[in-house]
Amino acid sequence: MKRLWIPFLLALGLVAFAPAGQLAGVSTPAHAVEPDEMLDDPKLEARAREISAGLRCLVCQNQSIDDSNAELAKDLRVLVRERLVEGDSNAEVRQYLVDRYGEFVLLRPVLDAENLLLWVTPVLALLVGAFIVRRRFRQNASATEPRLSPEEEAELASVLKKDPAE
Amino acid sequence: MSGFFSIAELGHYALVLALALSLIQSTVPLWGAAARDSRLIRVGSATSITTLFFVGLSFAALVYAYVISDFSVENVWANSHSAKPMLYKVTGVWGNHEGSMLLWVLILALFGGLVAMFGGNLPETLKARVLAVQAWVASAFLLFILFTSNPFIRLDPTPGEGQDLNPILQDIGLAVHPPLLYLGYVGFSIAFSFAVAALIEGRVDAAWARWVRPWTLTAWLFLTLGISMGSYWAYYELGWGGWWFWDPVENASFMPWLSGTALLHSAIVMEKRGALKIWTVLLAILTFSLSLLGTFLVRSGVLTSVHAFATDPTRGVFILMILVLFIGGSLALFAWRAPSLKQGGLFAPISREGALLFNNLFLVAATATVFVGTLYPLALEAVTEEKITVGAPFYNLTFVPLMIPLLLAVPYGPMLAWKRGDLIGASQRLGVAMGVTLLAVVVTLVFTGTEGVLPALGIGLGIWLIVGALNELADRSGLTRGAGRHALSRFMGLPRSAFATAIAHAGLGVTVIGIVSTTSYQIETIRSLETGESLQAGAYTITYQDFIPQTGPNYREDVFRLQVSKDGEDLMTVAPTKRFYDARQMATTEAAIETFWFSQLYLSIGEPQEDGGVTVRAYYKPLVTLIWIGSLFMAAGGLVSLTDRRFRVGAAKPAKVRLAKKPRTAEAGA
Repeated sequence: MKRLWIPFLLALGLVAFAPAGQLAGVSTPAHAVEPDEMLDDPKLEARAREISAGLRCLVCQNQSIDDSNAELAKDLRVLVRERLVEGDSNAEVRQYLVDRYGEFVLLRPVLDAENLLLWVTPVLALLVGAFIVRRRFRQNASATEPRLSPEEEAELASVLKKDPAE
Repeated sequence: MSGFFSIAELGHYALVLALALSLIQSTVPLWGAAARDSRLIRVGSATSITTLFFVGLSFAALVYAYVISDFSVENVWANSHSAKPMLYKVTGVWGNHEGSMLLWVLILALFGGLVAMFGGNLPETLKARVLAVQAWVASAFLLFILFTSNPFIRLDPTPGEGQDLNPILQDIGLAVHPPLLYLGYVGFSIAFSFAVAALIEGRVDAAWARWVRPWTLTAWLFLTLGISMGSYWAYYELGWGGWWFWDPVENASFMPWLSGTALLHSAIVMEKRGALKIWTVLLAILTFSLSLLGTFLVRSGVLTSVHAFATDPTRGVFILMILVLFIGGSLALFAWRAPSLKQGGLFAPISREGALLFNNLFLVAATATVFVGTLYPLALEAVTEEKITVGAPFYNLTFVPLMIPLLLAVPYGPMLAWKRGDLIGASQRLGVAMGVTLLAVVVTLVFTGTEGVLPALGIGLGIWLIVGALNELADRSGLTRGAGRHALSRFMGLPRSAFATAIAHAGLGVTVIGIVSTTSYQIETIRSLETGESLQAGAYTITYQDFIPQTGPNYREDVFRLQVSKDGEDLMTVAPTKRFYDARQMATTEAAIETFWFSQLYLSIGEPQEDGGVTVRAYYKPLVTLIWIGSLFMAAGGLVSLTDRRFRVGAAKPAKVRLAKKPRTAEAGA
């Protein structure tokens, strides 16, 4: 094992950097929103944040309203919090926004008939690929199996016939 | 017409000449190759190099028009300003649709010229056909520029002042990101031209893979750097520290990267074992097709985002025609000719070839995932008028799970023997890596217990890649098999390609650690601060001091001074800034980013608050720089691989002479 110290030390060094990078620090719950928007109730605020991360800022490029500093994103963040204060569940808040802005507002498309192709493609691509690869290997395997010539077959048959008699 | 001659006219004229030359190059060498006429074949090299000269001249003319702020050129007027710093006057050349297309064609011509100059060891007819195919692409895009996106159109009367460049683009990132990205994107055209030329020839062999691989490697290397640079640019420019958005424009460059990575690996199999020939040819076609698709998505304005400057639909239709012509044409050619190509090189599922095929399977599935994720919303809207968004949560559920088995398998690849490998033996030889990985997971859990097991496993995955790569080098130098003091000399004697693989794979691990660490362990604090107040971000205390209004060359700015301290000790004063650009009436945020080891403290200023305070966004991002450092390692791996003996220019020549002699002796023997 003595000779393995080089990769071992290098790896240890990398691991050692991780705690040096403040991984041990206690994370304070905070949000990518403006301070005046935040709710006083930390539980509600945490839910607001979870919902916001999945909602699209309609005028931005694939950014969530949680990350965007566009005016519209701010309005939506406030709206989400208003609905939560009214007592809506997370699903109800999302549905409220979908009713207003359409499914476009959801960063994660719903799994329905319309989006089925979108959701199954990753699995389908992998399965089809695996199937093609498997078929190839089978073809190759059968192609490379040593085949006997007709004469050899005949000889084999005669040997096998003779064998029990002897 | 303007009353005076502008250098722009020269650029325009040079571009037309380049088109004429490309049209000659598209046809004459092909004819020559079919008729075995060396004089016609040689036309290809000459036109290639001359086209490069004229496109270069045209590009230089546009740069000159920008430098002297020649507002009689519409493109300069629309995208520049006399007060703009010189660096951004030059980079502004490709900070707009027309100019960036000219850069695209310049790089295409550059690659064509390089093949003409350094392709001396290629068979004459193959080279002729490669250059001809390259010229088809060049002609199509030169026509596109001249008919729909001409950067040399003049204005009369000449306006007194320009409209300035989009402020977000006034950044050093614009100097680096698009040229690197295009070198990658467009560089794959060579692999494409080689593939189509091979289909025309009806012959592909291991030598073909050996010629294609360095070009693919070069393109891949630049694309890696280009994507990574773009990511870092978004990270520091957008003001909240996101570095990847799964935005269609990003995906447009990520798809060719994924399939290009697959191509690099399948080309190894083809070169070493003569297997996967047809598949490699198809991948070469697909990779450049994805580059073309990316160009279409970004340039046609079909997506609305910062990058899509083009709004004119005629352009979109023109590029779509190019897209259909080239992708459809090459795939049809493939369907017609590929069955006549001979397959070779059998191997067992558990083998080096098998591992590389596994890589290809997952990378292609990942490419398909990004492909539907990017295009599905467009297709759905076209068919049902329903608009949906495919954002990060979709990719987290689909792309990420596809990457995990792939990354787990990476260290196994180089450990397996060609043709038939030994999985158990490879696992035993990877024992050290497994041990270190386990240790890393435990250590991470001890320090971050509250954050859950999943991130710790993610860190472990990164460590597995790094240690697995080192493990392979140790194994090949005999360190794990008791070679003792010979190990060092064996290590020094390993081929460059072994180091290249290890460096690139370890770089992947470094990137994984950066991604996992930043997403899982980031600390954010956002608060409204008044003068003298402070907030806490991890171990750092940030105190708001004051703000100073300043005036820059073409903007006004508010500089906010923040005092950073740790454990009661003052570390530094930083100055995140909000800028306002008058010409475009646009604001940008300039974040203050401080690096501590591999981690960063990211500070930016938000909206002014009603209570009179200023919003300070403070993010502590542990190990975030590893994301980009890892990509530098990957690119370095590519570079080391390029210097491997078997790719060095001219190295193949003596071998060719020797090979040519052999058949004669064989004949004599027979």
